[in-house]
Amino acid sequence: MIYLLKIALRNLLRNRRRSAMTGSAIGIGALALLVFGSFTTYIFAGLQTNLVQHIGHLTVFRNGYFLFGAGNPAAYAIDDYQKVMQLIAADPTVGPFVNVMTPTQSLVGIAGNFENGNDAAKTFLGVGIIPSDRDKMRQWNEFGVSRVAAPDDRLTDDDSSRGLVGGGLARILGLCAQMKLSNCVAPPAQRPTVVASATPDLGLADLAHRDLGSGASAQATDPEISLLAATAGGAPNVVDLRVSGVDPQGAKELDDNYVAMHFALAQQLVYGRGEHKATGIVLQLRRSEDLGKARAALNQLFQREHLDLEVRDYVELTPFYAQVVSLFGSIFLFMALIMGVIVLFAVVNTMTMNVMERTNEIGTIRAMGVRRGGIRRQFIAEGLVLGAVGATLGAILAVAVVVSVNAAGLTWWPPGQASPTPLQLDLFGRPLLLAGTWLALTVIATLAALIPANRAAKMSVVDALRHV
Amino acid sequence: MVATTNTPAVRLRQVAKTYNAGAAEVAAVKGISLEIPFHRFTVVVGPSGSGKTTLLNLIGCIDTPSGGTVEICGQDVGKLRDNLLSDFRARNIGFVFQGFNLIPVLSAFENVEYPLLLVGMAVRERRERTMAMLDAVGLTEHAARRPNALSGGQKQRVAIARALVKEPQLVLADEPTANLDSATGATIIELMRRVQRQSNTTFVFSTHDPQLMSHADTSFAIRDGVLTDSHGSEQP
Repeated sequence: MIYLLKIALRNLLRNRRRSAMTGSAIGIGALALLVFGSFTTYIFAGLQTNLVQHIGHLTVFRNGYFLFGAGNPAAYAIDDYQKVMQLIAADPTVGPFVNVMTPTQSLVGIAGNFENGNDAAKTFLGVGIIPSDRDKMRQWNEFGVSRVAAPDDRLTDDDSSRGLVGGGLARILGLCAQMKLSNCVAPPAQRPTVVASATPDLGLADLAHRDLGSGASAQATDPEISLLAATAGGAPNVVDLRVSGVDPQGAKELDDNYVAMHFALAQQLVYGRGEHKATGIVLQLRRSEDLGKARAALNQLFQREHLDLEVRDYVELTPFYAQVVSLFGSIFLFMALIMGVIVLFAVVNTMTMNVMERTNEIGTIRAMGVRRGGIRRQFIAEGLVLGAVGATLGAILAVAVVVSVNAAGLTWWPPGQASPTPLQLDLFGRPLLLAGTWLALTVIATLAALIPANRAAKMSVVDALRHV
Repeated sequence: MVATTNTPAVRLRQVAKTYNAGAAEVAAVKGISLEIPFHRFTVVVGPSGSGKTTLLNLIGCIDTPSGGTVEICGQDVGKLRDNLLSDFRARNIGFVFQGFNLIPVLSAFENVEYPLLLVGMAVRERRERTMAMLDAVGLTEHAARRPNALSGGQKQRVAIARALVKEPQLVLADEPTANLDSATGATIIELMRRVQRQSNTTFVFSTHDPQLMSHADTSFAIRDGVLTDSHGSEQP
């Protein structure tokens, strides 16, 4: 075998330029696949990290919330959610996996800004969170693709009156000037006329303290908006929210509607003086690979405890993630297919020319007693060597490109994210990508050599010897 | 191999070979019968196009006859399938070609060693025998050279060494001096004669030069695919 490969290498070196061109085609194929594969790995890791930092790995809902809860979150809230959290924390399987467990309250309503002569209102999608849990979740960086986020001191556990809004909502509510926001356009002085007034008969500001009383005192520096929502019982309720800052969202629709507030304030708004519940319990795991086990254990726990709860993971909650994974996977497969075809034709062409040029030599060694199989093996070995050398060079080049890109400190805006993140191609974390690409290209080159190799093997000895 | 003391190295019976040249059929060999005993230095003489090469191809088992039987060392080679025929050639027949036909990516040593690889000889014995053969043709100091670094005469010496290294029953040389100048050609014929005597191998070589017949133990003259004369042998 070693002798065969040695001869194969020498034969390839006979026509260095041709072999170099074919090897380059294979190498460039390997380079393209490996760099793009590294990029997709990074994309997946970046997206996953972003999602897990914001919505955790798993969310526990009351049965039916996932399908119908968006219309009336309060109706599908989890009763006695604290007991459920205690059960989860005590579970011997799930407990050790959990990094952060925090309740959330989703809600919908109308946000209005009536301060300083403003008269703006807008529907909003709100979420109630526990600020310290949010900070801890934002530290999750299993794949090392995210900058470590500093604790967000705009929200604190001990001040439930403060919240954040999306950049779009801040603009619509006319908060740009008050909050001194850059890249934020103030609403025009002359607003378009509407047929019917959007302002409710009962002003939001008037309603603001109906349930809250005077618990939330305003700070002079932060603007205050009013949030109107229907309570679980169907009655309107209003709270004031001091906007501590903007939390830009990647999608405009969400950015124009997003309000994050203290969990207690969200509960206050939705449940008023009634029993305070939560629409979800978010679980952020230490490692993503434990997701399946944790989910199965949670389902067992809920079944055992006869709890009317279900678990959804971040992929189900964010179809965008699965779509991006599918899109990049398809592009990678398409690229792999194109590269495979290029390598196939390049090797077939090169080996066919080699066979043509060495026809007399084929006749000679057949006359000396080499079987047809021996001829076939010789040319297949040349395809193998060509593929292996080309793929190895491509892999080395890909490593150099990945190292250079990572060292360059480039940043980019991943899809669905509102801030730039460092571009870190991940090749070394995917040994299967490296080995698979190398192997696939080498196998394609070897198989491609089979066609001319068969042709060479089938030659008549006399005809081959006569060939000039 | 079923050779016995009475079996000739080569036995052809009414061997014919016809080629299809487009619509026409060309008879290159027309019913030749001959026997070549073992250990003879045999020459087949004839002008260009007389059928010498076709006859040697048939004897060398690299071509199949259109009619008749070919027995080499007692083996009816027409009964052998391709792989067995290849193995038969690897063990029993050495070739020396007019154009030398050395493998360009192999050194002189490796070219000579190559036939021994095909018969699965152990490394040590292979190397010893290769060096001995190169020594016999006077090319020890050129062992590491590739064919493109050798002269025509040196290439043909390597080719002779390659043909003889496995100690075959039969060595076929198709116009081995045609691409050499007359002095080098004479040296090559002399060398072939000498190594044939030393190895006691059956040698068959073709030439269009009737003067070379004087070197042979046995000679056949061929013209238009038919034997016209023979010396030192009996036609069956």
